[in-house]
Amino acid sequence: MSTPTVETHSAALDAVEAGSTKLINVTFRIRRFNPEEHPDPVWVDYQLEMDPKERILDALNKIKWEQDGTLTYRRSCAHGICGSDAMRINGRNRLACKTLVKDVDPAKPITIEAIKGLAVLKDLIVDMDPFFQAYKDVMPFLITSGNEPTRERLQSQADRERFDDTTKCILCAACTSSCPVFWNDGQYFGPAAIVNAHRFIFDSRDEGAEQRLEVLNDREGVWRCRTTFNCSEACPRGIEVTKAIQEVKRALVTRRF
Amino acid sequence: MPAGTLYRGREGMWSWVAHRVTGVLIFFFLFAHVLDTALVRVSPEAYDSVIATYKFWLVNLMEYGLVAAILFHALNGLRVVAVDFWAKGPKYQKQMLWTVVGIWVVLMGGAFYPVLQHTLRTWFGG
Repeated sequence: MSTPTVETHSAALDAVEAGSTKLINVTFRIRRFNPEEHPDPVWVDYQLEMDPKERILDALNKIKWEQDGTLTYRRSCAHGICGSDAMRINGRNRLACKTLVKDVDPAKPITIEAIKGLAVLKDLIVDMDPFFQAYKDVMPFLITSGNEPTRERLQSQADRERFDDTTKCILCAACTSSCPVFWNDGQYFGPAAIVNAHRFIFDSRDEGAEQRLEVLNDREGVWRCRTTFNCSEACPRGIEVTKAIQEVKRALVTRRF
Repeated sequence: MPAGTLYRGREGMWSWVAHRVTGVLIFFFLFAHVLDTALVRVSPEAYDSVIATYKFWLVNLMEYGLVAAILFHALNGLRVVAVDFWAKGPKYQKQMLWTVVGIWVVLMGGAFYPVLQHTLRTWFGG
């Protein structure tokens, strides 16, 4: 039996490989802000030759290393786990290290701005203190009573599954800074804090659910959520954030968790 | 100062914006409505002359706009209730929004003649 598929496959592969080395010109329009130089932010354009399969973070690195060393942004692991490089790319919150150039229409200038709702310190860096304060306020740690067991705390698979989605959070703030309620009211706990409260409220081993629910029953707690679903769209980890918030709301109403 | 770009939210965000806008419009209508109805206590003639303005084509068109606002606000309100109280609500919020828009279009079509008949008759006879 002949194997013509191999021929076709290699031709297709050749085309892909030829395409992969083709560089394209991309314009990056970055909202720069340096309060020591100018009180207002400015949009600055940078031209780059990019492989469409490269990431936005690669572009920022190229700009910083080859064109303008003053460009300031946070990045650490560069692989979508540390949560440092959340920014607004073409109007939506994403991680620069998980967004490819080809995914955001490189034919037009790609706009990059700091995330919204938190004070910009310089260029793409915002003051994350209010964000982490809200996170701390929901007590994101195991609360138990009685003597510490000598063995591990056991849990059924079903009980573990109950809060699996909300364990994925990397605290990048993409959700909280996509929330229209948070933009207008920085006191709102925000989606990320509620997600991390959810992670413990629905954990069968934890006994602090009542305390956390009381914290989130506040004026600035879960009831501020207007279900715009921006947080769910923005989460780079694919957490169903709005669903988690709604579960916390229902837990407050029914007191079942 | 160059502003930042508008956040590109999707169905959820824009339905929330539309819900707010229609809510404010309905509030202003209710404000005007309470005032014109209360006018009957001042003098029935004044009430009649104010109510007569509802026959003017622009006001008639605004009435149709009011129907549009109330229908969207009511139907989307049911969607929000479902998102709040139905466990699968958040998952199906987009489908529910397009259902709301579909029902809204049908009802707007149905309300077209009953609401605008005075203007239509004035303009086209019949």
